Amino acid sequence: MKDFWRNFSRNRGAVVGLVVLLAVLILAVLAPVLYPGSPWDMAGMPFAPPGEDGMLLGTDSLGRDVAAGIAHGARVSLLVGAVSTVAALAIGVSLGAIAGYLGGIADDLVMRFTEFFQTIPSFVLAILLVAIFTPSIASIVFAIAVVSWPPVARVVRAEFLSLRSREFVQASEVLGKSRLSIVIGDILPNALSPIVVLSSLMVASAILLESALSFLGLGDPNMMSWGFLIGSGRSVIRMAWWMSVFPGVAIFLTVLSLNLVGEGLSDALNPRLARNRGGKP
Amino acid sequence: MAFSRRGLLAAAAAAPLLMRVEDALAQGIQPKRGGTLNSIVNPEPPVLHVGVNNQAPTLIVGGKIFQGLLRYDAKLNPMPELAKRWEVSPDGLEYTFHLQENVKFHDGQPMTADDVVFSIMKFHMEVSPRARGVFARIKEGVAVNPTTAKFTLSAPFEPFLLMFDVTVSAIVPKHLFDGQDYRQAPAVSKPIGTGPFRFVEWQRGNFIRLERFADYWKPGQPYLDAIIYRVVPDSQSRRLALESGQVQLTQSNDIEPFDVPQMRARPNLEVRTEGWEYFGPLMWMEFNHRVKPLDDVRVRRALTMAVNRDFIAQRLWFGIGKPATGPFHSATRFYDGTAKSAAFNVEEAKKLLDAAGLKPNGQGVRFAIKHMSLPYGEVFTRLGEFLRQSFRQVGVELQLESVDVGTWAQRTAAWEFDTTINYLYQYGDPTLGVERSYVSTNIKKILFSNVAGYSNPKVDELFTQGRDSADPKVRQTAFSAVQKILVEEAPLLWLLEMSFPSIYDKKLQNVITSGSGIHACFDDVFLA
Repeated sequence: MKDFWRNFSRNRGAVVGLVVLLAVLILAVLAPVLYPGSPWDMAGMPFAPPGEDGMLLGTDSLGRDVAAGIAHGARVSLLVGAVSTVAALAIGVSLGAIAGYLGGIADDLVMRFTEFFQTIPSFVLAILLVAIFTPSIASIVFAIAVVSWPPVARVVRAEFLSLRSREFVQASEVLGKSRLSIVIGDILPNALSPIVVLSSLMVASAILLESALSFLGLGDPNMMSWGFLIGSGRSVIRMAWWMSVFPGVAIFLTVLSLNLVGEGLSDALNPRLARNRGGKP
Repeated sequence: MAFSRRGLLAAAAAAPLLMRVEDALAQGIQPKRGGTLNSIVNPEPPVLHVGVNNQAPTLIVGGKIFQGLLRYDAKLNPMPELAKRWEVSPDGLEYTFHLQENVKFHDGQPMTADDVVFSIMKFHMEVSPRARGVFARIKEGVAVNPTTAKFTLSAPFEPFLLMFDVTVSAIVPKHLFDGQDYRQAPAVSKPIGTGPFRFVEWQRGNFIRLERFADYWKPGQPYLDAIIYRVVPDSQSRRLALESGQVQLTQSNDIEPFDVPQMRARPNLEVRTEGWEYFGPLMWMEFNHRVKPLDDVRVRRALTMAVNRDFIAQRLWFGIGKPATGPFHSATRFYDGTAKSAAFNVEEAKKLLDAAGLKPNGQGVRFAIKHMSLPYGEVFTRLGEFLRQSFRQVGVELQLESVDVGTWAQRTAAWEFDTTINYLYQYGDPTLGVERSYVSTNIKKILFSNVAGYSNPKVDELFTQGRDSADPKVRQTAFSAVQKILVEEAPLLWLLEMSFPSIYDKKLQNVITSGSGIHACFDDVFLA
């Protein structure tokens, strides 16, 4: 653990990312305390610029507080990012494990199935799924999970392919352990580090996907998210720049910090790789 | 340009026209010949023949190619167009139209009373469901002589005179349609009318070009050489085209409401929201009376009180349109300003809901209903959010549903909604455009019928009285009574008297001169 932290903190960008990410998390947790009441409430006069009318970041076309929207939106955006990533991991890890451990026909079938999903442009598929199932938080999480599992499946398969022929796996097989317990107890823990790195990046891309969907008006109409804030401010951007800019900054910072943390995790979990890359102290 | 003596005589009955020219002269602006007007049409119309298609883009472009017998001022009084004068018999059954002389179609054939009778009795009866509803009341239509047409009704129908605008019953050439399938005839794709501009070229997806008709019946007119309607599907490109002067006129939905304040601020542009009185579009929230507790009049009144209609007109529509006061658009005939729906009052609304036995639960929610947003763009999405917050203030939870246009139309027609937004044209008269939303005989699974399912025998009776009477006084009494009942019972939540901005270069004169505004034939429009 000490090693891990040392390796992680060697990457300064990752530390900055972690701090920003923690700040966003705290904002999300404290949103109901900082801004009690609904972010949809029309709290002030419409189109108040930042700082005026007691609004830190201004108000939107209905007089809703942009800062309250960003704080409450952080909850929705992070929640969607986390839940859809967990769902995508569940699909991707199981299929990747089956393909990589069993090999042969099972591998072929699963990989063709995965490629089928990879050939469809993921954003278009997500739009289609949300449009079919009508926009709601559940359909959005489902759509994001469906379009983001294939890379997980491929990474897990590759890990399993190389791990299943190692001696410790063979030893477990000789000991008569069941396949399931070998997969879960022996191989998976050793394949965890690339999965952890990948999932931090997936959270970032899930937040972006949700924002893009909300921007296009395919968000849950009853949930305030960052993409919704930008989408609703887009048309009046010449009149009220603050409506789009601040939520945009929030998305930018969060996604950037997730990427930095992902890189830091990758360095920390593969210290040799990081050192070989050189350059970094 | 100088009026010839004959021209003055021909226009003698057309007093409003003369007045307008004089107005222009008084302002020191002499009508000037020449110049091409560039405008925008959006979306691209499927055909240009009014009647065969009655969507807004078709009517706006087709209104330059065709003309009706009459046109209407902002108070909906008929004014001469192809008919120079008209008479109504005292019993309200016979309508006689005396036509302008020397009117020619674009193919050179003269327009006569035969064409008028054919257009009304056959063409529009066949192709236009709305015209058919009224013209079916004509017992007999005859051409008395080449310049006189007479229609005899089977029973008095007072709003009959409102049916002769170009957008309802344009005069079409009999010789190009008689004996053919009206919808498939060659004259549909190459429209031939009597209007001041003739159809020249249409590059699909690009532009429609109309040119000055040299044999137009008003001497010296039209003033413009040509009108070009460009097809521009993107709203920001339309705005840029207007700002940069590439087009001198936009109309209808071309410029989004949220862009209008900036257009108003530009010194070279004129923004007008008049010219929709003839159509009288009224927007409301549709309540499904089959869904509890929306069947309770106290609940509907309380929800009416919960919504600040001024905010909608000023903040969401940026002042384009006026807050609705009741079931009648204020430009619609027989509008009664004394019958007003319940004013914005949150405390009263809460009391009414308490009285209806709907107490708030632990979260302060009395009941929850769904709201299907009208998928006509962003401003309607904002409207849904605004209504949700308004209702939340009185403890009613409105759950928003996003749907696409097809789903909205299908579910609204099938009564599969709790609440939604809708807007309908009232066409100037309660019998033509208001009755259909409230009478129980029109509770049908059809879009734009009484989909709410509101039913009140007294209301049915009053609408029938107003429809069947030939006497405007009797009609006023009936319609005033019906408005009083409707604002009390709040079958729908009336929100906004809609309008659409016509924005044009200040050099362009006489753009909005009637109750149908931008649909006029533009024979008096000129570039100063």
